[in-house]
Amino acid sequence: MKITRNLAVAAIALMTAMNAAHAAKTGVTIGLQLEPPHLDPTSAAAGAIDQVLYSNVFEGLTRFGPDGSVGPGLAESWKISADGCIYTFTLREGVTFHDGSTLDAGDVVFSLDRARAEDSTNAQKALFENIDKVEAKGDTTVKITLKKPQGDFLFNLAWGDAVIVAPESIEDIKNNPVGTGAFTFGNWAKGDKITLVRNDDYWGDAAKLESATFKFISEPTAAFAAMMAEDIDAFYSFPAPENLASFEADPRFTVLSGSTEGETILSINNKQEPFDNLLVRRAVSHAIDRSAIIDGAMFGYGTPIGTHFAPHHPDYVDLTNFSNYDPEKAKALLKEAGLEDGFKTTLKLPPPSYARRGGEIIAAQLREVGIETEISNLEWAQWLEQVFRGKDFGLSIVSHTEPMDIGIYARPEYYFQYDNADFQQMIKDLSTESDPKKRSTALKKAQMTIARDAVNGYLFQLALTSVVNAKLKGIWENAPTQALDLTAVSWED
Amino acid sequence: MLRYALKRLQSLVISLVIASLVIFAAIEVIPGDPASFMLGFNAKPEAVEALRDQLGLNQSLIKRYFSWVSGLLTGNFGTSYTYRSPVSEIIGDRLWISLPLAVYALTLTVLIAFPAGIFAATRRGSRTDVAVMSVTQLGVAIPNFWFAILMVLLFSINLRWFSAGGFPGWENGFWPAIKALTLPAIALALPQASILARVMRSSLLDTLGQDYIRTSRAKGLTRRQALWRHALRNALIPVLTIIGLQFSFLLAGAIIIENVFYLPGLGRLVFQSISQRDLIVVESVVMLLVFAVILVNFTVDLAYAWVDPRLRARA
Repeated sequence: MKITRNLAVAAIALMTAMNAAHAAKTGVTIGLQLEPPHLDPTSAAAGAIDQVLYSNVFEGLTRFGPDGSVGPGLAESWKISADGCIYTFTLREGVTFHDGSTLDAGDVVFSLDRARAEDSTNAQKALFENIDKVEAKGDTTVKITLKKPQGDFLFNLAWGDAVIVAPESIEDIKNNPVGTGAFTFGNWAKGDKITLVRNDDYWGDAAKLESATFKFISEPTAAFAAMMAEDIDAFYSFPAPENLASFEADPRFTVLSGSTEGETILSINNKQEPFDNLLVRRAVSHAIDRSAIIDGAMFGYGTPIGTHFAPHHPDYVDLTNFSNYDPEKAKALLKEAGLEDGFKTTLKLPPPSYARRGGEIIAAQLREVGIETEISNLEWAQWLEQVFRGKDFGLSIVSHTEPMDIGIYARPEYYFQYDNADFQQMIKDLSTESDPKKRSTALKKAQMTIARDAVNGYLFQLALTSVVNAKLKGIWENAPTQALDLTAVSWED
Repeated sequence: MLRYALKRLQSLVISLVIASLVIFAAIEVIPGDPASFMLGFNAKPEAVEALRDQLGLNQSLIKRYFSWVSGLLTGNFGTSYTYRSPVSEIIGDRLWISLPLAVYALTLTVLIAFPAGIFAATRRGSRTDVAVMSVTQLGVAIPNFWFAILMVLLFSINLRWFSAGGFPGWENGFWPAIKALTLPAIALALPQASILARVMRSSLLDTLGQDYIRTSRAKGLTRRQALWRHALRNALIPVLTIIGLQFSFLLAGAIIIENVFYLPGLGRLVFQSISQRDLIVVESVVMLLVFAVILVNFTVDLAYAWVDPRLRARA
């Protein structure tokens, strides 16, 4: 009897507590599918680290805006020398790290030198390759000398891998990140959630939310239930597109569908027979029906692409007609290549649903033109080992989520092994070009070159579909980088 | 009794040594490098190499095995490759969910199975017996994750009595934590209770047919007295075996249920660590689970001896 009474009292207390929480909402709980491995954005590639920390806790000299543009971050302004090799940054005054120490030029020198050091474990070390030296000129001025002019240097500094960290707190950064952002790190219950708390000493406009909790829910069914039960207020990049329709129909929720930097491609091993033959690659590109893949695997979310470039970028060229769905043409091309009887190859798929579901559909489409694929489902670690490093594959499907990454086609050792000296020269010239008009022309030419060479099968730009409580405002719709900037997020009354 | 216990203890130690070798070998041969996983697509080879050095992955296998085992003996489980914090701390946090969940589920299992099994056995062939048997048949057949999802739909989404998942932490009070573990515990307990009730029933029917029961009845004990004093105790041996197995299963095998209710337990830790190639965490958790299973078996062996004096004498 006593136990039942205790239980009843506990239940009532709990309900009151829950109702009180609903009355005045000042915090937010956001669901993420993957948990960050640790909390140092400068030494891992995991997107989850940036999703939690980028511009919330850590900031760089420059930063991405919601539309992908690059604006001032910790540097309020900069001057570029006439030869394009010297960047002089002026830091904001009165910026402090969360441990109370002041941000000065020395911290910037430390951060950039650390990222490009010999023993650096920065996942994007190449971003800093062109830096010759970084010098502090007084407390708030930093002079960066480049080896050669670089058109996208300010863009590179906006990446999560280039955020400014302090030498005093670097030792423990992986578990206790200390940055300059609008939120301080609160607590990390590993496997469960990370809590951020508003930084009341923030140099810019203070965040509207008092706290933010990121909850890690990997199972799509569980994500659906948590959202429906309103245990969480938003789910960033909702893992089950098949459920989006039921959220759209429910007035309690808004479904945000934005663009990402993720070009989803059918990667082709350009050095493996018979894919070393342009005719075969073109046949593959004509055998693929993009709209069937977008509808079937992504439930309609995604924009078709015909080259390796984000459609929302001003320099994007729509080349989808270049590789339109035409199975007859594909068969003719195979015949021309001497493969009228078709051939067999491997299709190695990493875990995301775009790959696993898309893979089944592509396998069926390729079968139509006589290409038999042997599908193997791999975990990420296996995929990196076999496909990415070992180059032991015929075909694969993967979304390349780094922003502006057409440069990977200039690396002949990169896993799809495209080796075109003209293209490599094009990218080399582009990297030192800072005239916007010439850059635009060069970027367009680069897109056309890889589409003409049918290096990979270009499928679609991955959509970012998030489910958000209808009263929650200010969540970024697009993802110019893998960030979930909460500084402007608030509850509507 | 002491000799019996010592003998059991000896086989426990041998099993542990063999297990450590097998686990280490099996996990080290899985393809996939933790450092390149962590640094992703654009990493420069020298950055991957630097990280491998940092993690100690460039040492020889034998050296790593011995440093792992000697660490285990001194309670130092090493540092996680990905989380970069002590493995013992990570496992400790998870145990505070997995262990109570297993105990909770096992308690429910026993509370359901014992009455059901005894009830059915004493009314063999009756309508209640048939009913218990069919319900338990269903309980064995229904996959627990499916049942879990049904419960979430009903209790969390429609009725809003429970959260759809997650764990508030013990620091926020005992009852909220218990509440969060209730649906998962029921989902885990249902099939286990069905199995246990069936075992209980058949084992009890077995003993009820024994000569000594007839003798005791002839001496004038009522059916009920004969059941409680003689039959039940003798029927417990197979039941204890199953309970032991079930506890190990509940501790290690809750991966799917932990995923459905997004509970940060041991199962999810193993799952996540394998995909991130956080080998040292995987090795230590698996070793810990093996240790738990062996320990449970050891305890069950001792419990046999307690309920059945013949076993003591034989050893």
